[in-house]
Amino acid sequence: MANEVVLLDFWPSMFGMRVRIALAEKGIKYEYKEEDLKNKSPLLLEMNPINKKIPVLIHNGKPVCESLIIVQYIDEVWNDKSPLLPSEPYQRAQARFWADFVDKKVYGASRKVWSTTGEEEEAGKKEFFEILKTLEVELGDKPYFGGETFGYVDLSFITFYSWFHAYEVLGNINIEAECPKIIAWAKRCLQKESVAKTLPDQKKVYEFVAQMRKRFVSE
Amino acid sequence: MAEEILLFGAWGSPFSRRVEMALKLKGIEYKYIEEDITNKSPSLLKYNPVHKKIPVLVHNGKPVAESLVILEYIDETWKDSPILSKDPYERANARFWAKFIDEKCLSAIFKACWGEEKEHEKAVEEASELLQFLENELKEKRYFGGETVGLLDIAANIIGYWLGVFEEASGAELLTREKFPKLCNWANEFVSVSAIKENLPPRDKLIAYLRNRFGVGTTSK
Repeated sequence: MANEVVLLDFWPSMFGMRVRIALAEKGIKYEYKEEDLKNKSPLLLEMNPINKKIPVLIHNGKPVCESLIIVQYIDEVWNDKSPLLPSEPYQRAQARFWADFVDKKVYGASRKVWSTTGEEEEAGKKEFFEILKTLEVELGDKPYFGGETFGYVDLSFITFYSWFHAYEVLGNINIEAECPKIIAWAKRCLQKESVAKTLPDQKKVYEFVAQMRKRFVSE
Repeated sequence: MAEEILLFGAWGSPFSRRVEMALKLKGIEYKYIEEDITNKSPSLLKYNPVHKKIPVLVHNGKPVAESLVILEYIDETWKDSPILSKDPYERANARFWAKFIDEKCLSAIFKACWGEEKEHEKAVEEASELLQFLENELKEKRYFGGETVGLLDIAANIIGYWLGVFEEASGAELLTREKFPKLCNWANEFVSVSAIKENLPPRDKLIAYLRNRFGVGTTSK
């Protein structure tokens, strides 16, 4: 049976990037469809009527939504190469816990860094660094969150790296100074072809975020 | 080696009860430790330093936190009476709806019960929209998991039991038979399963706790 894989996505989305990295890791051929989030396609609305969000993976006509759920799906279907999650149940639970932590915490805090000002922004920056420092402790001396090899937690977090330059300029922060291990880890991840080819240019992302910021902040 | 399974939980929490339901369904023996969430024990803080929350399952000294993560860990470790399908698409579907319940339903239901009066009608409408999605997802199945209780049924314990209790405690009306016949049938089936029934907090005690903590609700007279 033909394996038809379509990805509905939006180029700067760190959530969509997770799926792109997973697909690249597994060497899966797919059709990429760029969505205009201000004018969502009928296909997107049909495939994700509940949240109406990207990314959506459509596999042989059937939709899978939510980036980490899609990544787990990919790992389970294309299980013959490049495993993304560990095989042992306790390690898998830890991987899921930390990916869930990234999901629950990083986006919210980082959003305050680039889309707010004044006290709210300062609180956001503090929260952002607390979260990154917690991740640094979890990383420890390991080359990757997954241990010796790039895995699920690395994949869930590395995509935010493409937004770091935007956070730094708009938030006036220096991430490397506060969290050098995170930056070292990110550069290590970027040596992987699947990551390097997926993450968009940081300057392009900055221009996009700067444009979005105008909607929230009048300067 | 003897298995040591500890569960740190709170009697009224649907999240901690989820774990108990799964352990019971699989016939796993465990030691339960009740946490006072206003005065967290050193053990809880040691086992879940990141979120400092219950539930936490500690298996042979190794902690697992976050109820949905714990459910998957239980399913992968004790393979009898599986709560997740082997089919990747069905697994993805169960995970999606469990996340939907946790991220959207609980807060919407809460707002409809104890939110501001002027927002009440809108809150009820929003909660109803979400319940409608679940009603549609259930289709003609006996349980979300099909013929047997699955991960999504367990995750939906909030809808199956706690929602009714919230309604009674606050006077709000959300899960009506008229609007949601399938969900109502499912809720009845769900709470009748012995592994579930044995792990529901006592109704009156929960109502008293909710009223004490959150007030008598937007619609109570």
